[in-house]
Amino acid sequence: MKSRRKILDNLMTAATWGSGIALTALVAGIVAFVAVKGYSVLSLEFLLEPPRDSMTRGGILTPLVGTIQLVAVAMGFAIPIGVATGLYFAEYAKDDLFTSALRLAIRSLAGVPSVVFGLFGLSLFVILFRFGPSLLSAALTLGCLTLPLMVTASEQAFLAVPRDYRDASYALGASKWQTIWKVVLPSAAPTVITGIILSVGRVAGETAPIMFTGAAFFAPNIARSLFSEVMALPYHIYVLATAGTFIEETRGIQYGTVLVLLLLVLGICSVGIFMRSRFRRRMRR
Amino acid sequence: MNRIQIETREVNLYYGQSRVLRDVTLDIPEKAVTALIGPSGCGKSSFLRCLNRMNDFIPSARVEGDILIDGSNIYESGTDVISLRRNVGMVFQKPNPFPMSIYDNVAYGPRLHGIRDRAKLDEIVRNSLTGAALWDEVKDKLKTPGTGLSGGQQQRLCIARAIATEPAILLMDEPTSALDPLSTARIEELVRELKKQYTVVIVTHNMQQAARISDTTAFFLLGDLVEYDSTPKMFTSPEDKRTEDYITGRFG
Repeated sequence: MKSRRKILDNLMTAATWGSGIALTALVAGIVAFVAVKGYSVLSLEFLLEPPRDSMTRGGILTPLVGTIQLVAVAMGFAIPIGVATGLYFAEYAKDDLFTSALRLAIRSLAGVPSVVFGLFGLSLFVILFRFGPSLLSAALTLGCLTLPLMVTASEQAFLAVPRDYRDASYALGASKWQTIWKVVLPSAAPTVITGIILSVGRVAGETAPIMFTGAAFFAPNIARSLFSEVMALPYHIYVLATAGTFIEETRGIQYGTVLVLLLLVLGICSVGIFMRSRFRRRMRR
Repeated sequence: MNRIQIETREVNLYYGQSRVLRDVTLDIPEKAVTALIGPSGCGKSSFLRCLNRMNDFIPSARVEGDILIDGSNIYESGTDVISLRRNVGMVFQKPNPFPMSIYDNVAYGPRLHGIRDRAKLDEIVRNSLTGAALWDEVKDKLKTPGTGLSGGQQQRLCIARAIATEPAILLMDEPTSALDPLSTARIEELVRELKKQYTVVIVTHNMQQAARISDTTAFFLLGDLVEYDSTPKMFTSPEDKRTEDYITGRFG
Protein backbone atom coordinates (compact mmCIF):
# COMPACT_ATOMS: atom_id res chain seq x y z
CA MET A 1 0.00 0.00 0.00
CA LYS A 2 2.69 2.33 1.06
CA SER A 3 4.89 1.53 -1.91
CA ARG A 4 2.02 2.05 -4.37
CA ARG A 5 1.47 5.48 -2.93
CA LYS A 6 5.14 6.18 -3.22
CA ILE A 7 5.23 5.05 -6.85
CA LEU A 8 2.29 7.30 -7.72
CA ASP A 9 3.99 10.15 -5.93
CA ASN A 10 7.19 9.69 -7.93
CA LEU A 11 5.20 9.27 -11.12
CA MET A 12 3.38 12.57 -10.61
CA THR A 13 6.62 14.35 -9.78
CA ALA A 14 8.18 12.98 -12.96
CA ALA A 15 5.08 13.89 -15.00
CA THR A 16 5.00 17.54 -13.88
CA TRP A 17 8.74 17.85 -14.35
CA GLY A 18 8.42 16.27 -17.76
CA SER A 19 5.70 18.70 -18.88
CA GLY A 20 7.73 21.63 -17.69
CA ILE A 21 10.79 20.47 -19.57
CA ALA A 22 8.79 19.61 -22.70
CA LEU A 23 7.28 23.08 -22.79
CA THR A 24 10.63 24.77 -22.27
CA ALA A 25 12.11 22.58 -25.01
CA LEU A 26 9.27 23.50 -27.36
CA VAL A 27 9.81 27.23 -26.86
CA ALA A 28 13.58 26.86 -27.13
CA GLY A 29 13.04 24.72 -30.23
CA ILE A 30 10.93 27.34 -31.96
CA VAL A 31 13.40 30.10 -31.17
CA ALA A 32 16.36 27.94 -32.23
CA PHE A 33 14.64 26.89 -35.47
CA VAL A 34 13.91 30.48 -36.41
CA ALA A 35 17.37 31.63 -35.32
CA VAL A 36 19.17 28.98 -37.37
CA LYS A 37 17.05 29.59 -40.46
CA GLY A 38 17.10 33.34 -40.24
CA TYR A 39 20.51 34.06 -38.76
CA SER A 40 22.41 34.08 -42.05
CA VAL A 41 20.45 36.98 -43.57
CA LEU A 42 20.54 39.06 -40.42
CA SER A 43 22.74 42.14 -40.72
CA LEU A 44 22.60 45.85 -40.20
CA GLU A 45 21.81 46.33 -43.91
CA PHE A 46 18.92 43.87 -43.60
CA LEU A 47 17.38 46.11 -40.94
CA LEU A 48 18.19 49.41 -42.61
CA GLU A 49 17.29 48.73 -46.25
CA PRO A 50 13.81 48.62 -47.73
CA PRO A 51 12.81 45.54 -49.75
CA ARG A 52 14.00 45.69 -53.39
CA ASP A 53 13.42 43.86 -56.67
CA SER A 54 9.84 42.75 -55.93
CA MET A 55 10.86 41.93 -52.38
CA THR A 56 13.35 39.25 -53.42
CA ARG A 57 16.31 41.29 -52.23
CA GLY A 58 17.05 44.05 -49.76
CA GLY A 59 15.96 44.35 -46.17
CA ILE A 60 12.91 44.95 -44.06
CA LEU A 61 13.21 48.58 -43.00
CA THR A 62 9.73 49.51 -44.27
CA PRO A 63 7.77 46.73 -42.50
CA LEU A 64 9.91 47.08 -39.34
CA VAL A 65 9.20 50.79 -39.02
CA GLY A 66 5.59 50.16 -40.03
CA THR A 67 5.10 47.70 -37.17
CA ILE A 68 6.62 50.14 -34.71
CA GLN A 69 4.33 52.90 -36.00
CA LEU A 70 1.30 50.63 -35.76
CA VAL A 71 2.12 49.63 -32.20
CA ALA A 72 2.76 53.23 -31.16
CA VAL A 73 -0.48 54.59 -32.60
CA ALA A 74 -2.51 51.60 -31.37
CA MET A 75 -1.12 52.00 -27.85
CA GLY A 76 -1.60 55.76 -27.90
CA PHE A 77 -5.26 55.04 -28.52
CA ALA A 78 -5.73 51.95 -26.34
CA ILE A 79 -3.75 52.81 -23.19
CA PRO A 80 -5.71 55.91 -22.09
CA ILE A 81 -9.09 54.36 -22.90
CA GLY A 82 -8.20 50.91 -21.51
CA VAL A 83 -6.72 52.20 -18.25
CA ALA A 84 -9.53 54.72 -17.77
CA THR A 85 -12.14 52.00 -18.29
CA GLY A 86 -10.32 49.72 -15.84
CA LEU A 87 -10.32 52.61 -13.38
CA TYR A 88 -14.03 53.13 -13.94
CA PHE A 89 -14.81 49.50 -13.15
CA ALA A 90 -12.53 49.38 -10.11
CA GLU A 91 -13.27 52.76 -8.54
CA TYR A 92 -16.44 54.33 -9.87
CA ALA A 93 -18.86 51.71 -11.21
CA LYS A 94 -21.73 50.77 -8.94
CA ASP A 95 -22.13 47.08 -8.22
CA ASP A 96 -25.29 46.67 -10.29
CA LEU A 97 -26.67 44.79 -13.28
CA PHE A 98 -25.49 47.40 -15.79
CA THR A 99 -21.90 47.11 -14.60
CA SER A 100 -22.00 43.31 -14.67
CA ALA A 101 -23.40 43.36 -18.20
CA LEU A 102 -20.72 45.80 -19.34
CA ARG A 103 -18.00 43.75 -17.71
CA LEU A 104 -19.30 40.55 -19.30
CA ALA A 105 -19.38 42.23 -22.70
CA ILE A 106 -15.76 43.31 -22.40
CA ARG A 107 -14.61 39.88 -21.21
CA SER A 108 -16.41 38.25 -24.14
CA LEU A 109 -14.80 40.68 -26.55
CA ALA A 110 -11.42 39.22 -25.55
CA GLY A 111 -12.51 35.91 -27.09
CA VAL A 112 -13.62 37.30 -30.45
CA PRO A 113 -11.37 36.05 -33.30
CA SER A 114 -8.99 38.71 -34.56
CA VAL A 115 -10.25 38.45 -38.13
CA VAL A 116 -13.63 39.69 -36.88
CA PHE A 117 -11.88 42.76 -35.51
CA GLY A 118 -10.32 43.14 -38.95
CA LEU A 119 -13.72 43.19 -40.64
CA PHE A 120 -15.09 45.51 -37.96
CA GLY A 121 -12.19 47.91 -38.55
CA LEU A 122 -12.78 47.72 -42.28
CA SER A 123 -16.42 48.72 -42.03
CA LEU A 124 -16.01 51.29 -39.24
CA PHE A 125 -12.68 53.04 -39.75
CA VAL A 126 -11.92 52.39 -43.40
CA ILE A 127 -15.40 52.83 -44.86
CA LEU A 128 -17.68 54.64 -42.42
CA PHE A 129 -15.11 57.09 -41.03
CA ARG A 130 -13.46 57.36 -44.48
CA PHE A 131 -9.95 56.87 -43.09
CA GLY A 132 -9.30 54.50 -46.00
CA PRO A 133 -6.85 51.62 -45.72
CA SER A 134 -4.25 53.43 -43.64
CA LEU A 135 -1.90 53.42 -40.68
CA LEU A 136 -4.66 55.08 -38.65
CA SER A 137 -7.38 52.52 -39.52
CA ALA A 138 -5.07 49.57 -38.91
CA ALA A 139 -3.76 50.96 -35.62
CA LEU A 140 -7.25 51.77 -34.33
CA THR A 141 -8.35 48.25 -35.21
CA LEU A 142 -5.38 46.83 -33.32
CA GLY A 143 -6.24 49.15 -30.43
CA CYS A 144 -9.80 47.79 -30.31
CA LEU A 145 -8.44 44.25 -30.35
CA THR A 146 -6.26 44.91 -27.33
CA LEU A 147 -8.78 46.96 -25.31
CA PRO A 148 -10.47 44.02 -23.54
CA LEU A 149 -7.12 42.72 -22.33
CA MET A 150 -6.04 46.19 -21.24
CA VAL A 151 -9.29 46.91 -19.39
CA THR A 152 -9.32 43.59 -17.57
CA ALA A 153 -5.63 43.77 -16.64
CA SER A 154 -5.86 47.32 -15.30
CA GLU A 155 -9.11 46.67 -13.43
CA GLN A 156 -7.46 43.72 -11.65
CA ALA A 157 -4.43 45.88 -10.91
CA PHE A 158 -6.53 48.63 -9.33
CA LEU A 159 -8.62 46.17 -7.33
CA ALA A 160 -5.42 44.66 -5.91
CA VAL A 161 -4.44 47.97 -4.27
CA PRO A 162 -5.13 47.49 -0.53
CA ARG A 163 -8.19 49.23 0.97
CA ASP A 164 -5.84 50.48 3.76
CA TYR A 165 -4.07 52.89 1.41
CA ARG A 166 -7.35 54.43 0.31
CA ASP A 167 -8.57 54.78 3.91
CA ALA A 168 -5.34 56.46 4.95
CA SER A 169 -5.52 58.87 2.04
CA TYR A 170 -9.17 59.81 2.61
CA ALA A 171 -8.54 60.22 6.34
CA LEU A 172 -5.88 62.83 5.50
CA GLY A 173 -8.46 64.86 3.62
CA ALA A 174 -7.76 63.67 0.08
CA SER A 175 -10.47 63.80 -2.56
CA LYS A 176 -11.30 60.72 -4.61
CA TRP A 177 -9.25 61.85 -7.57
CA GLN A 178 -6.26 62.82 -5.37
CA THR A 179 -6.39 59.36 -3.82
CA ILE A 180 -6.51 57.69 -7.22
CA TRP A 181 -3.76 59.85 -8.71
CA LYS A 182 -1.34 59.77 -5.80
CA VAL A 183 -1.90 56.35 -4.25
CA VAL A 184 -3.95 53.96 -6.39
CA LEU A 185 -2.29 54.62 -9.76
CA PRO A 186 1.33 54.43 -8.52
CA SER A 187 0.61 51.27 -6.53
CA ALA A 188 -1.08 49.62 -9.48
CA ALA A 189 1.42 50.86 -12.08
CA PRO A 190 3.70 47.77 -12.17
CA THR A 191 0.74 45.48 -12.83
CA VAL A 192 -0.78 47.88 -15.36
CA ILE A 193 2.57 48.08 -17.19
CA THR A 194 2.68 44.29 -17.35
CA GLY A 195 -0.75 44.31 -18.97
CA ILE A 196 0.39 46.91 -21.48
CA ILE A 197 3.48 44.91 -22.38
CA LEU A 198 1.46 41.76 -22.96
CA SER A 199 -0.78 43.80 -25.24
CA VAL A 200 2.18 45.22 -27.16
CA GLY A 201 3.44 41.70 -27.82
CA ARG A 202 0.05 40.66 -29.12
CA VAL A 203 -0.45 43.80 -31.22
CA ALA A 204 2.98 43.59 -32.86
CA GLY A 205 2.34 40.02 -34.00
CA GLU A 206 -1.24 40.28 -35.30
CA THR A 207 -1.93 39.88 -39.04
CA ALA A 208 -5.67 39.43 -39.50
CA PRO A 209 -6.84 42.79 -38.09
CA ILE A 210 -4.51 44.80 -40.32
CA MET A 211 -4.92 42.84 -43.58
CA PHE A 212 -8.09 44.71 -44.60
CA THR A 213 -7.47 47.94 -42.76
CA GLY A 214 -4.11 49.32 -43.83
CA ALA A 215 -1.31 46.79 -44.20
CA ALA A 216 0.24 47.07 -47.64
CA PHE A 217 1.45 44.16 -49.75
CA PHE A 218 4.27 46.46 -50.69
CA ALA A 219 4.97 50.13 -50.01
CA PRO A 220 7.97 51.89 -51.44
CA ASN A 221 8.38 54.26 -48.52
CA ILE A 222 7.94 54.52 -44.79
CA ALA A 223 4.52 55.97 -43.94
CA ARG A 224 4.79 59.69 -43.37
CA SER A 225 1.18 60.30 -42.51
CA LEU A 226 -1.53 58.56 -40.50
CA PHE A 227 -3.43 58.17 -43.76
CA SER A 228 -0.74 56.25 -45.68
CA GLU A 229 -0.76 52.50 -45.96
CA VAL A 230 2.02 50.73 -44.07
CA MET A 231 3.96 47.53 -44.39
CA ALA A 232 4.07 45.45 -41.22
CA LEU A 233 6.32 42.56 -40.18
CA PRO A 234 3.63 39.89 -39.64
CA TYR A 235 1.89 40.68 -42.91
CA HIS A 236 5.24 40.84 -44.70
CA ILE A 237 6.00 37.34 -43.43
CA TYR A 238 2.60 36.15 -44.65
CA VAL A 239 3.22 37.70 -48.06
CA LEU A 240 6.71 36.23 -48.38
CA ALA A 241 5.48 32.80 -47.34
CA THR A 242 2.38 32.59 -49.52
CA ALA A 243 2.12 35.31 -52.10
CA GLY A 244 5.62 36.38 -53.00
CA THR A 245 7.00 36.40 -56.50
CA PHE A 246 9.63 33.73 -55.85
CA ILE A 247 8.67 32.04 -52.59
CA GLU A 248 11.50 29.48 -52.55
CA GLU A 249 14.19 32.06 -53.24
CA THR A 250 12.98 34.38 -50.51
CA ARG A 251 12.86 31.78 -47.70
CA GLY A 252 15.96 33.36 -46.18
CA ILE A 253 14.43 36.80 -46.04
CA GLN A 254 11.24 35.29 -44.67
CA TYR A 255 12.98 33.58 -41.74
CA GLY A 256 15.10 36.67 -41.15
CA THR A 257 11.91 38.68 -40.85
CA VAL A 258 10.41 36.12 -38.45
CA LEU A 259 13.55 36.32 -36.34
CA VAL A 260 13.42 40.11 -36.24
CA LEU A 261 9.75 40.08 -35.23
CA LEU A 262 10.50 37.53 -32.53
CA LEU A 263 13.43 39.56 -31.19
CA LEU A 264 11.37 42.74 -31.32
CA VAL A 265 8.56 41.23 -29.23
CA LEU A 266 10.98 39.57 -26.80
CA GLY A 267 12.91 42.84 -26.56
CA ILE A 268 9.79 44.85 -25.73
CA CYS A 269 8.83 42.28 -23.11
CA SER A 270 12.23 42.36 -21.42
CA VAL A 271 12.23 46.16 -21.31
CA GLY A 272 8.82 45.96 -19.66
CA ILE A 273 9.91 43.35 -17.14
CA PHE A 274 12.97 45.43 -16.30
CA MET A 275 10.84 48.53 -15.79
CA ARG A 276 8.39 46.62 -13.63
CA SER A 277 11.07 45.24 -11.35
CA ARG A 278 12.62 48.69 -10.95
CA PHE A 279 9.21 50.10 -10.14
CA ARG A 280 8.64 47.39 -7.55
CA ARG A 281 11.96 48.01 -5.89
CA ARG A 282 11.25 51.72 -5.68
CA MET A 283 7.75 51.15 -4.33
CA ARG A 284 8.54 48.51 -1.74
CA ARG A 285 11.87 48.03 -0.06
CA MET B 1 -12.05 69.95 33.34
CA ASN B 2 -11.07 71.02 29.86
CA ARG B 3 -13.37 72.70 27.37
CA ILE B 4 -15.65 70.30 25.50
CA GLN B 5 -14.53 69.93 21.88
CA ILE B 6 -16.73 67.17 20.48
CA GLU B 7 -20.40 66.85 21.38
CA THR B 8 -22.57 64.06 20.11
CA ARG B 9 -26.34 64.32 20.53
CA GLU B 10 -28.46 61.16 20.26
CA VAL B 11 -26.37 59.70 17.48
CA ASN B 12 -27.83 56.68 15.75
CA LEU B 13 -25.92 54.78 13.11
CA TYR B 14 -27.50 52.27 10.77
CA TYR B 15 -25.88 49.86 8.37
CA GLY B 16 -28.82 49.08 6.10
CA GLN B 17 -31.55 47.79 8.40
CA SER B 18 -29.36 47.10 11.41
CA ARG B 19 -28.88 49.74 14.07
CA VAL B 20 -25.24 49.86 15.14
CA LEU B 21 -25.41 52.81 17.56
CA ARG B 22 -28.35 53.86 19.72
CA ASP B 23 -28.79 57.42 20.96
CA VAL B 24 -25.16 58.00 21.83
CA THR B 25 -24.75 61.30 23.65
CA LEU B 26 -21.23 62.12 24.70
CA ASP B 27 -19.05 65.17 25.46
CA ILE B 28 -15.38 64.75 24.64
CA PRO B 29 -12.97 67.18 26.33
CA GLU B 30 -10.24 69.05 24.51
CA LYS B 31 -6.57 68.08 24.92
CA ALA B 32 -7.30 64.92 26.84
CA VAL B 33 -7.39 61.21 26.02
CA THR B 34 -10.82 59.64 25.76
CA ALA B 35 -10.88 55.86 25.55
CA LEU B 36 -13.72 53.92 23.93
CA ILE B 37 -13.93 50.39 25.31
CA GLY B 38 -16.29 47.47 24.94
CA PRO B 39 -16.47 43.96 23.48
CA SER B 40 -16.10 43.32 19.73
CA GLY B 41 -19.06 44.52 17.70
CA CYS B 42 -20.23 46.99 20.35
CA GLY B 43 -20.03 49.92 17.95
CA LYS B 44 -16.98 51.72 19.36
CA SER B 45 -15.00 51.69 16.09
CA SER B 46 -18.12 52.63 14.11
CA PHE B 47 -18.64 55.54 16.50
CA LEU B 48 -15.03 56.64 15.99
CA ARG B 49 -15.54 56.60 12.23
CA CYS B 50 -18.57 58.87 12.59
CA LEU B 51 -16.30 61.58 13.99
CA ASN B 52 -14.38 62.07 10.71
CA ARG B 53 -17.17 60.76 8.48
CA MET B 54 -15.22 57.73 7.29
CA ASN B 55 -18.55 55.88 7.37
CA ASP B 56 -19.50 57.89 4.29
CA PHE B 57 -17.69 55.25 2.21
CA ILE B 58 -20.07 52.49 3.30
CA PRO B 59 -23.01 52.92 0.92
CA SER B 60 -25.58 51.49 3.34
CA ALA B 61 -24.45 53.60 6.33
CA ARG B 62 -26.79 56.29 7.65
CA VAL B 63 -26.23 58.64 10.59
CA GLU B 64 -28.98 60.33 12.60
CA GLY B 65 -28.49 62.87 15.36
CA ASP B 66 -25.92 65.63 15.70
CA ILE B 67 -22.16 65.56 16.02
CA LEU B 68 -20.70 68.95 16.83
CA ILE B 69 -17.01 69.74 16.63
CA ASP B 70 -16.15 73.13 18.09
CA GLY B 71 -19.83 73.92 17.90
CA SER B 72 -20.49 73.14 14.23
CA ASN B 73 -22.47 70.15 13.06
CA ILE B 74 -20.27 67.96 10.86
CA TYR B 75 -23.27 66.18 9.31
CA GLU B 76 -24.86 69.39 8.09
CA SER B 77 -25.24 69.43 4.31
CA GLY B 78 -22.76 72.25 3.71
CA THR B 79 -19.91 70.56 5.60
CA ASP B 80 -16.56 70.49 3.82
CA VAL B 81 -15.54 66.88 4.48
CA ILE B 82 -12.00 67.53 3.28
CA SER B 83 -11.29 70.26 5.82
CA LEU B 84 -13.10 68.18 8.46
CA ARG B 85 -10.70 65.28 7.88
CA ARG B 86 -7.79 67.65 7.84
CA ASN B 87 -8.85 68.79 11.30
CA VAL B 88 -9.63 65.27 12.55
CA GLY B 89 -6.70 62.94 11.86
CA MET B 90 -6.93 59.17 12.06
CA VAL B 91 -4.58 56.30 12.89
CA PHE B 92 -5.73 52.83 11.93
CA GLN B 93 -5.57 49.41 13.52
CA LYS B 94 -3.02 48.02 11.10
CA PRO B 95 -0.04 50.29 10.36
CA ASN B 96 -0.71 51.42 6.78
CA PRO B 97 2.11 53.61 5.48
CA PHE B 98 1.87 54.32 1.75
CA PRO B 99 4.33 52.45 -0.48
CA MET B 100 6.52 55.54 -0.75
CA SER B 101 9.41 57.09 1.15
CA ILE B 102 9.21 58.08 4.80
CA TYR B 103 9.44 61.72 3.76
CA ASP B 104 6.67 61.43 1.17
CA ASN B 105 4.43 59.62 3.63
CA VAL B 106 4.60 62.50 6.10
CA ALA B 107 4.45 65.17 3.38
CA TYR B 108 1.39 63.54 1.78
CA GLY B 109 -1.21 65.49 3.78
CA PRO B 110 0.48 68.91 3.59
CA ARG B 111 0.99 68.46 -0.17
CA LEU B 112 -2.70 67.60 -0.60
CA HIS B 113 -3.52 70.88 1.02
CA GLY B 114 -1.30 72.82 -1.33
CA ILE B 115 2.04 73.20 0.44
CA ARG B 116 4.78 73.00 -2.22
CA ASP B 117 7.65 74.96 -0.68
CA ARG B 118 10.53 72.58 -0.03
CA ALA B 119 11.85 74.27 3.10
CA LYS B 120 8.37 74.43 4.60
CA LEU B 121 7.78 70.73 3.85
CA ASP B 122 11.16 69.82 5.35
CA GLU B 123 10.17 71.62 8.51
CA ILE B 124 6.75 69.94 8.71
CA VAL B 125 8.31 66.51 8.15
CA ARG B 126 10.89 67.07 10.86
CA ASN B 127 8.38 68.43 13.36
CA SER B 128 5.84 65.69 12.70
CA LEU B 129 8.39 62.89 12.99
CA THR B 130 9.73 64.48 16.17
CA GLY B 131 6.18 64.74 17.48
CA ALA B 132 5.67 61.05 16.78
CA ALA B 133 8.96 60.15 18.54
CA LEU B 134 10.41 58.72 15.35
CA TRP B 135 12.79 61.45 14.13
CA ASP B 136 15.97 60.12 15.72
CA GLU B 137 15.44 56.66 14.27
CA VAL B 138 14.75 57.76 10.69
CA LYS B 139 16.45 61.14 10.19
CA ASP B 140 19.24 59.56 8.12
CA LYS B 141 16.93 57.52 5.89
CA LEU B 142 14.03 59.79 5.02
CA LYS B 143 14.26 58.74 1.36
CA THR B 144 13.87 55.02 2.09
CA PRO B 145 10.45 53.33 1.87
CA GLY B 146 8.18 53.64 4.89
CA THR B 147 7.21 50.01 4.47
CA GLY B 148 10.78 48.98 5.32
CA LEU B 149 10.35 50.03 8.97
CA SER B 150 9.33 47.72 11.82
CA GLY B 151 5.64 47.47 12.75
CA GLY B 152 5.96 49.82 15.71
CA GLN B 153 7.95 52.34 13.69
CA GLN B 154 5.39 52.13 10.88
CA GLN B 155 2.61 52.96 13.32
CA ARG B 156 4.56 55.97 14.62
CA LEU B 157 5.10 56.98 10.98
CA CYS B 158 1.33 56.85 10.52
CA ILE B 159 0.94 59.06 13.60
CA ALA B 160 3.49 61.50 12.14
CA ARG B 161 1.56 61.46 8.86
CA ALA B 162 -1.69 62.19 10.71
CA ILE B 163 -0.30 65.11 12.72
CA ALA B 164 1.43 66.64 9.68
CA THR B 165 -1.83 68.31 8.62
CA GLU B 166 -1.97 69.98 12.07
CA PRO B 167 -5.27 68.50 13.18
CA ALA B 168 -6.94 69.45 16.47
CA ILE B 169 -8.26 65.94 17.02
CA LEU B 170 -6.59 62.57 16.60
CA LEU B 171 -8.70 59.42 16.28
CA MET B 172 -6.94 56.13 16.97
CA ASP B 173 -8.60 52.83 16.13
CA GLU B 174 -6.90 50.13 18.23
CA PRO B 175 -3.50 51.47 17.20
CA THR B 176 -1.49 48.90 19.13
CA SER B 177 -3.47 45.72 18.47
CA ALA B 178 -1.02 44.60 15.75
CA LEU B 179 2.11 45.48 17.74
CA ASP B 180 4.40 43.72 20.20
CA PRO B 181 4.44 44.78 23.90
CA LEU B 182 7.55 46.97 23.57
CA SER B 183 6.19 48.90 20.57
CA THR B 184 2.85 49.16 22.38
CA ALA B 185 4.54 50.76 25.38
CA ARG B 186 6.21 53.34 23.12
CA ILE B 187 2.92 54.25 21.46
CA GLU B 188 1.21 54.59 24.85
CA GLU B 189 3.97 56.89 26.03
CA LEU B 190 3.54 58.87 22.83
CA VAL B 191 -0.23 59.17 23.33
CA ARG B 192 0.38 60.71 26.76
CA GLU B 193 2.68 63.23 25.06
CA LEU B 194 0.24 63.91 22.20
CA LYS B 195 -2.61 64.99 24.47
CA LYS B 196 -0.71 68.16 25.33
CA GLN B 197 -1.44 69.33 21.79
CA TYR B 198 -4.27 67.18 20.51
CA THR B 199 -7.62 65.85 21.57
CA VAL B 200 -7.16 62.08 21.38
CA VAL B 201 -10.02 59.60 21.01
CA ILE B 202 -8.74 56.05 21.17
CA VAL B 203 -10.55 52.76 20.66
CA THR B 204 -8.95 49.92 22.55
CA HIS B 205 -9.60 46.29 23.32
CA ASN B 206 -7.14 46.41 26.13
CA MET B 207 -8.64 47.67 29.39
CA GLN B 208 -5.26 48.11 31.06
CA GLN B 209 -4.33 50.37 28.18
CA ALA B 210 -7.44 52.46 28.67
CA ALA B 211 -6.72 52.70 32.40
CA ARG B 212 -3.09 53.65 31.79
CA ILE B 213 -3.44 56.35 29.17
CA SER B 214 -6.93 57.86 29.20
CA ASP B 215 -8.53 60.65 31.18
CA THR B 216 -12.11 59.70 30.40
CA THR B 217 -13.52 56.35 29.36
CA ALA B 218 -16.71 55.43 27.53
CA PHE B 219 -18.04 51.89 27.74
CA PHE B 220 -20.12 50.65 24.80
CA LEU B 221 -22.23 47.52 24.70
CA LEU B 222 -24.33 46.36 21.72
CA GLY B 223 -24.56 49.87 20.31
CA ASP B 224 -25.45 51.55 23.61
CA LEU B 225 -23.24 53.92 25.51
CA VAL B 226 -23.55 52.26 28.92
CA GLU B 227 -21.39 54.53 30.98
CA TYR B 228 -19.09 57.49 30.50
CA ASP B 229 -16.98 59.02 33.23
CA SER B 230 -13.48 59.91 34.30
CA THR B 231 -11.16 56.94 33.89
CA PRO B 232 -10.23 56.54 37.59
CA LYS B 233 -13.91 56.52 38.53
CA MET B 234 -14.80 54.03 35.77
CA PHE B 235 -12.14 51.60 36.85
CA THR B 236 -12.68 51.88 40.63
CA SER B 237 -16.36 52.49 41.19
CA PRO B 238 -18.43 52.16 38.03
CA GLU B 239 -22.12 53.01 38.38
CA ASP B 240 -23.47 50.36 36.06
CA LYS B 241 -23.34 46.67 36.84
CA ARG B 242 -22.52 45.85 33.19
CA THR B 243 -19.50 48.15 33.24
CA GLU B 244 -18.26 46.48 36.38
CA ASP B 245 -18.75 43.02 34.89
CA TYR B 246 -16.84 43.96 31.76
CA ILE B 247 -14.00 45.69 33.56
CA THR B 248 -13.53 42.85 36.02
CA GLY B 249 -13.36 40.45 33.09
CA ARG B 250 -16.63 38.62 33.65
CA PHE B 251 -17.41 38.82 29.91
CA GLY B 252 -16.10 40.29 26.64
